[in-house]
Amino acid sequence: MSGTTDGETGRAAMEPAAPVPRPVLRMEAVRKSFGGSVVLRDVDLEVAPHTVTALIGASGSGKSTLLRCANLLEEIDDGAIWLDDEEITDPRADQDAVRRRIGVVFQAYNLFPHMTVLENITLAPRRVHGTGRAEAEARARELLDRLGLGAKADEYPDRLSGGQQQRAAIVRALAVRPRLLLLDEVTAALDPELVGEVLAVVRDLKEDGMTMVLATHEMGFARDVADQVCFLDGGVVLERGTAEEIFGEPREERTRRFLRRIVEAGRL
Amino acid sequence: MTFAKEESGGAAEEDSHDPYVPSQRRIERERHKRSRARRATAIAALSTLVTGVVLYLVVVNAPGWPRTKETFFNAQYAREAFPKVLEGLWLNVRLLLVCGAAVLALGMLIAVARTLRGPVFFPLRALAAAYTDFFRGLPLIINLMIVVLGVPALRLQGITVDPVLLGGTALTLTYSAYVAEVFRAGIESVHPSQRAAARSLGLNNRQALRYVVLPQAVRRQVPPLLNDLVSLQKDTGLVSIGGAVDAVRAADIIVGRSLNYTPYIVAGLVFVALTIPMTRFTDWVTARMDRRRAQGGTI
Ligand SMILES: Nc1ncnc2c1ncn2[C@@H]1O[C@H](COP(=O)(O)OP(=O)(O)OP(=O)(O)O)[C@@H](O)[C@H]1O
Ligand SMILES: [Mg+2]
Repeated sequence: MSGTTDGETGRAAMEPAAPVPRPVLRMEAVRKSFGGSVVLRDVDLEVAPHTVTALIGASGSGKSTLLRCANLLEEIDDGAIWLDDEEITDPRADQDAVRRRIGVVFQAYNLFPHMTVLENITLAPRRVHGTGRAEAEARARELLDRLGLGAKADEYPDRLSGGQQQRAAIVRALAVRPRLLLLDEVTAALDPELVGEVLAVVRDLKEDGMTMVLATHEMGFARDVADQVCFLDGGVVLERGTAEEIFGEPREERTRRFLRRIVEAGRL
Repeated sequence: MTFAKEESGGAAEEDSHDPYVPSQRRIERERHKRSRARRATAIAALSTLVTGVVLYLVVVNAPGWPRTKETFFNAQYAREAFPKVLEGLWLNVRLLLVCGAAVLALGMLIAVARTLRGPVFFPLRALAAAYTDFFRGLPLIINLMIVVLGVPALRLQGITVDPVLLGGTALTLTYSAYVAEVFRAGIESVHPSQRAAARSLGLNNRQALRYVVLPQAVRRQVPPLLNDLVSLQKDTGLVSIGGAVDAVRAADIIVGRSLNYTPYIVAGLVFVALTIPMTRFTDWVTARMDRRRAQGGTI
């Protein structure tokens, strides 16, 4: 399944705007409601291999919900989602196997408070993927070092600052070498310097061939790192394009209005 | 720098190269705190002494005191009862250990059965719910009478008639229902996002329960669990309705003969003395857990 992706990389690099035949993640007409309120009405999305997709939109526009649907933490009402051409919303799909291929960093981190950072990170590699303890820990420490957390490996999460917990959660998601990484507001708790660091991490990951979808309010971050930007509004992806297109010359009036508000708030 | 240990309370660690010297202000503040602590201790001691003396005088000057003293605090009967009570206590201790372990295991099983999802598990779930509903509602003494007196009356082949074994079974049945509810409350108190995080790492339901939910649930439920175990310890005495001689029954025998109540006091004090180490032990376990956490220990 993943063997075919190599050929596409070259094409995607040459003509980034062209539709890539085999997206890692594809959503079609996804609908999701909670009780009476429809959060996602008719969402279409395609994520090409080795690219970063940024989801932007007002608070409550459904960015987190979309990511949770992609990871099967929420059951969608209608539509379909594919991961590497396999329909994961098919009721017969093995949900555990799907989740094993998708890494998630939650908006609220959700680290396990009764485990040290290292135990948090090595839990899934050891218990789910059967990696040996020494190997799992070596990889965890390497990733922690890379994110500047080497000294915190044996701490418990409640002894870490917000930004440190955020980075520990990123390492935990990466430790299982996922096919797709979903990041929800990973820069929310960080100071500008750390935002830069996480940005560098995301860029590194992209160079390593990782495919990522991230929800963010940090427009600078989205503009710097994203190949594709999707503006969510009223339960649909209202506008989709490269970062230059969306931030430079948005077609939709509502996108323009949203971005104008962001600029006025001094966040772009 | 003895005070630095007490006062820094988990803040930045003292660096050995740090040329920091405590300021006059800090030294003054520490001295004030120490003198305040000394004064508080002195006041507590004095107030305890006064309360004790007043209580003593009230009791000793009560009109019925000489008779009460004779029937409840007789040194001779105390000496006679003590070894017998201790002998009986050994039965209580054994029952506590065996039933305690069985109760924790069975309670955990029932709690987990109640949280299983999926239609396959419906019968299991319903059974576990019915079990807790029934045995939590059934008075322990009635449960004991049914099991300890009723089962032998059936004269079944191969089923024990030993009152201790039957009594222990009855205790385990009732207490498992209590403990199952404690565990279930613990499982449900772990925020759903923890399970979601575990599932999104690829752990299946069973793994998420085992590695993420249960460890947090059990830790939170240590105090109520201890409460139930202390209660179980006292109720082990009820097996005597089948004729077994535990600490209370041993005291009972002497009282029946002598019409002096001192043996009851002895038995009561022995039970209290047994509970205290249990409480201290849990406090110690909890404190150790917290300390390891606070220092970010290594495992
Ligand atoms: N489990 C739920 N039950 C009911 N409503 C929910 C649930 N989860 C989300 N919602 C609703 O769905 C809407 C979208 O929520 P979502 O968290 O996806 O927004 P978001 O775009 O991520 O916002 P933010 O930028 O503030 O994180 C909100 O109105 C929210 O109240
Ligand atoms: Mg959100």
